[in-house]
Amino acid sequence: MTTLAPAPSAALPAKTNREVDTRPLLWPSVIVLFLWMIVPLAMTLYFSVIRYNLLNPALTGFAGLENYSFLFDDPTLWTSLWNTLVLVGSVLIITVVFGTLFAVLYNQEFPGRNIARLLVIAPFFVMPTVSALVWKNMMMHPVYGLIASLQSMVGLTPTDWFTDYPMFSVIVIVAWQWVPFAFLILLTAIQSLDSEQKEAARIDGAGPLAMFFYITLPHLSRAISVVIMIETIFLLTIFAEIYVTTSGGPGTATTNLAWLIYSVGLLQFDVGYASAGGIIAVILANVVAFFLVRTVSRNLQQG
Amino acid sequence: MAEVVLRNIKKSFGPVDIIKGVDIDINDKEFVVFVGPSGCGKSTLLRMIAGLESISDGELSIDGKRVNDLSPADRGIAMVFQTYALYPHMTVRDNMGFSLKLAKVPKAEIDRKVNEAARILKLDPLMDRKPKALSGGQRQRVAIGRAIVRNPKVFLFDEPLSNLDAALRVQMRIEIARMHSDFNATMIYVTHDQVEAMTMADKIVVLQGGVVEQVGSPLELYHHPANRFVAGFIGSPTMNFIDATVKAVAPEGVTVELPGGDNLTVLVVPGATKAGDKLTLGVRPEHLQEGSGDGKLTGTALVVERLGGATYAYVKLDNGTMITAEVDGNSHIRVNDPIQLGVRSQTCHLFGSDGLALAQSTRHPLADVGRGKGGH
Repeated sequence: MTTLAPAPSAALPAKTNREVDTRPLLWPSVIVLFLWMIVPLAMTLYFSVIRYNLLNPALTGFAGLENYSFLFDDPTLWTSLWNTLVLVGSVLIITVVFGTLFAVLYNQEFPGRNIARLLVIAPFFVMPTVSALVWKNMMMHPVYGLIASLQSMVGLTPTDWFTDYPMFSVIVIVAWQWVPFAFLILLTAIQSLDSEQKEAARIDGAGPLAMFFYITLPHLSRAISVVIMIETIFLLTIFAEIYVTTSGGPGTATTNLAWLIYSVGLLQFDVGYASAGGIIAVILANVVAFFLVRTVSRNLQQG
Repeated sequence: MAEVVLRNIKKSFGPVDIIKGVDIDINDKEFVVFVGPSGCGKSTLLRMIAGLESISDGELSIDGKRVNDLSPADRGIAMVFQTYALYPHMTVRDNMGFSLKLAKVPKAEIDRKVNEAARILKLDPLMDRKPKALSGGQRQRVAIGRAIVRNPKVFLFDEPLSNLDAALRVQMRIEIARMHSDFNATMIYVTHDQVEAMTMADKIVVLQGGVVEQVGSPLELYHHPANRFVAGFIGSPTMNFIDATVKAVAPEGVTVELPGGDNLTVLVVPGATKAGDKLTLGVRPEHLQEGSGDGKLTGTALVVERLGGATYAYVKLDNGTMITAEVDGNSHIRVNDPIQLGVRSQTCHLFGSDGLALAQSTRHPLADVGRGKGGH
């Protein structure tokens, strides 16, 4: 009785909705968003095929694919693409692994759990430049840093992190910032795990490890794919942390695509060349987005 | 061979006592139903037997072995949950074989057992589906299949039918009853539905407030309720309770004065009852009839429900007490009609002011008869 009753009343408004054409109502926002996207894209495309260098105003005119061919001949492009890949991949792995572990850990009952959860989430509220500065000057600094003082306390030579392990250091900082995001999403997902399912697994003889791998992890798979998709979008354009700490160096050790475009455009003032790099970044982001959206939407439909 | 014995089992959550010392003996191959209103502790008790809740005090043994400290997997039990609790990312086959896979049983053996269970439950065409693609009744079957595959000594059911619609519930009820006779396993079944309890149980345990109110066969509880709570809980519609004053006490029965002045002799053992005591007369709606009996009650019908075969009349007696009467389906009674109801002395119960029933002088012939051949 109770399950049947709402059905007719729910069907009625849906029917009336269908009779009204709601599409015109969407147009203003669609048009604004379209212009928002298409104007910068068109300008970038245009700049990428002209000679446009702020240091040399005399150099003008249509360049064709000259900027692109210079770019593809530039070994820095391939280094920066590789660095982007390493940065995004490492941070994704670290955040998902630690996010999952923290989510499982902080889902347990223990005194002071809410405070502990707050502390895990805290790094997310620190803006990227500040957290990079904190890591640079308070943690990883070879003279004043906490790690250096710990090292000298046990008689080791302090490491100059940003010189000796620049990419590793940037990955640590970015991962520290993004673990809370993964943790937050995965914790809410883990809380929606049916407790009777866990009890059924206990009766079936699942220990903590089997419980994690057979019950918890499959339950989290959807949330993990959402975390990966959202993080990838943000991590492809990591800039502030590199700007504050290594400035893309030493050499090109921490130059990712975003930093390459910035350095060509705003340090060398070659707008045409930088725009060509920007188009490469747009294509790359779209390729990644295409695959991600496809896998994620398939995942979402399945579950 | 699996007896389940509970000795003075207690459960406390902090200062709150949920189960206050329960003793129950469950025989091998018996179908026992725990029944009671919500919050009576019946599910907690089942979860303690399963090992999902720790036991605060007392002793629990299954098959002669103390299992208080054993993990759920090692107790030789299998449980069917109210929400089925199937693993959503596994196929039906993997759901049913999961426990064996964890126990590292060889693949061929798992397949054999799973296929066997699937055949019994007619799940063969569904084996490669995910739970999401199954109907409620099919999910229920898979949950039962998952229990069967473990070949447990004791099956535990936690309100397994409450998420199904009425028709399916009746069908699954029959299937579980049939399963009980096929498997010859001990089964413990928790429900708040007294109809399920009456229809399926060999033995019913009525719980209230963490205490066992009465243990007995369905008809024993129906005909010989130990107290007012059990009398009111078992039977539908619920038993009528009418205030009555003792007029005379004789060895063969107690004579009480009904509202309206009629005298009725109820065939109970008087015990310490004496003339002038205030008692409560209990009479079931189906034991009232229009017209006259050994005693009569008069009042006005306020609501009349016609079910076809029977008619329920909700009657306000002349002294203001509301009672329910099940009268004949062809009765012409209408709302606001005056009505006279006859009471028969054999079908009445008397309850003292402490709520305990006065024992019936004669035992009902079916009260101690089991359902199957040979009985339990």
